[in-house]
Amino acid sequence: MFDFGKWTSAFNDWLLGTGMADWLAILIECVLIGVGVLLVYTVLALFYILYERKLCAWFQCRLGPMRVGKWGLLQVFADMFKILIKELICLKGTDRFLFKLAPYLVITSSVVMLACLPWGNGLQIIDWNIGIFFVLAVSSVGVLGILLAGWSSNNKYTLIGAMRSGAQMVSYELSLGLALITICVLAGTLNISELVWAQKDAWFLFKGHVPAIIAFIIYVIAATAETNRGPFDLPEAEHELTAGYHTEYSGIHFGFFYLAEYLNLFIVSGIASLMFLGGWMPLHIPGWDGFNAVMDFIPSPVWFLLKAFFISFVIIWFKWTFPRVRIDQMLSFEWKYLMPFSLANLVLMAVFVAFGWHF
Amino acid sequence: MNLLCSISNAELSITAAITGIGLVFAALLIAKLISPKSYSLRKAEPYECGIPTRGHSMIQFKAGYYIFAILFLLFDVEVVFLYPWSVVMRGMGPQGLLCIGIFMFVLVLGLAYAWKKGALKWD
Repeated sequence: MFDFGKWTSAFNDWLLGTGMADWLAILIECVLIGVGVLLVYTVLALFYILYERKLCAWFQCRLGPMRVGKWGLLQVFADMFKILIKELICLKGTDRFLFKLAPYLVITSSVVMLACLPWGNGLQIIDWNIGIFFVLAVSSVGVLGILLAGWSSNNKYTLIGAMRSGAQMVSYELSLGLALITICVLAGTLNISELVWAQKDAWFLFKGHVPAIIAFIIYVIAATAETNRGPFDLPEAEHELTAGYHTEYSGIHFGFFYLAEYLNLFIVSGIASLMFLGGWMPLHIPGWDGFNAVMDFIPSPVWFLLKAFFISFVIIWFKWTFPRVRIDQMLSFEWKYLMPFSLANLVLMAVFVAFGWHF
Repeated sequence: MNLLCSISNAELSITAAITGIGLVFAALLIAKLISPKSYSLRKAEPYECGIPTRGHSMIQFKAGYYIFAILFLLFDVEVVFLYPWSVVMRGMGPQGLLCIGIFMFVLVLGLAYAWKKGALKWD
């Protein structure tokens, strides 16, 4: 496996070798990292918009966007430009400060989470020793942004949409966290790069016996709800709430929520691939040395992206297949079924680890 | 190991946060510069499907969400306690299992109580 850390440390040595001060070198590197994250963020958002539209069209036996560019590839750029030139409306009676603060919170939380994901061998920006806990902590800042957006808009629909979204996101965050803890018990670490390295011989999904598979299923359901998608897209149920918490946002203000929604889809898929499907680790089967050597030739970012896109595909598939649930069904599903199940699953995993029954 | 060993994680996190703020700020600036501006009283009214708004919109309502928020607080604190346990679990063996078993039993009792009281019922 190629180590991208070689390039970055070589660049760092070269920068320090030119004789500049340490703080200047760090500043330059931070700016470069910021620009890189920004590029990845926008490219991913544009890709995901097209990905979702195309998949949705194919599930409904349509072609999707076809006119602008080859196979509609330029459609997203046209949309982006159009959304930029729209007027920014601020209604009378809105709480202007909170109204303008909300997109900042939503976007910032998704950018920080994006920076935590392991893109490849040595291609990870933030790597705390409490990695996965940090990601979950940052994700709850996004909920705050959504609640603020709904509250400050001076509209009853947005208020109800935001409350629904808040109740849904905090509820499903529990099973999401418990599913991740199940894997942390198996790995014995919270550090993201150590989690990836622990899956060198086999991915946690295969390594962890039955509880890991149950945790994976719980995670995918909770992640679908966490991103307000699929059968759980109550906050933006258009027949009852117009568009949910971002009804009163216009132009690029609305675009931010749209962007963050797609990036959150990528982030939850990325975390799923990191915790269950080995992150950037190639598919290794113990004993099959030739097969493992061939798999090592595929670059690590390709592995990571393919796994993340696959999980996103599954989540998008849910959205265009299942009918929307009601709010009482959604909350009782979480509190009466998913939460007790994930607690029991965690205990099961702890028993498996304590007695060494996992692979 | 992060991207560059010479930069601390805190600095990188702040960089990422500033990047997010910068993205919003720059996009808003561009939009402000090139988007048209017009204002009328009619246009500044909330969009409630064409019906004139009645009363104030920032109102108190439905305690249903509130109960779930309280339950969430209870269980979120529990999840926070489980993270450090998950790291040291392997070294502690059956003892770690017993400790967390008692902890979880008490919490599940709490959930059972809320369930029995009808807090999970939506009405």
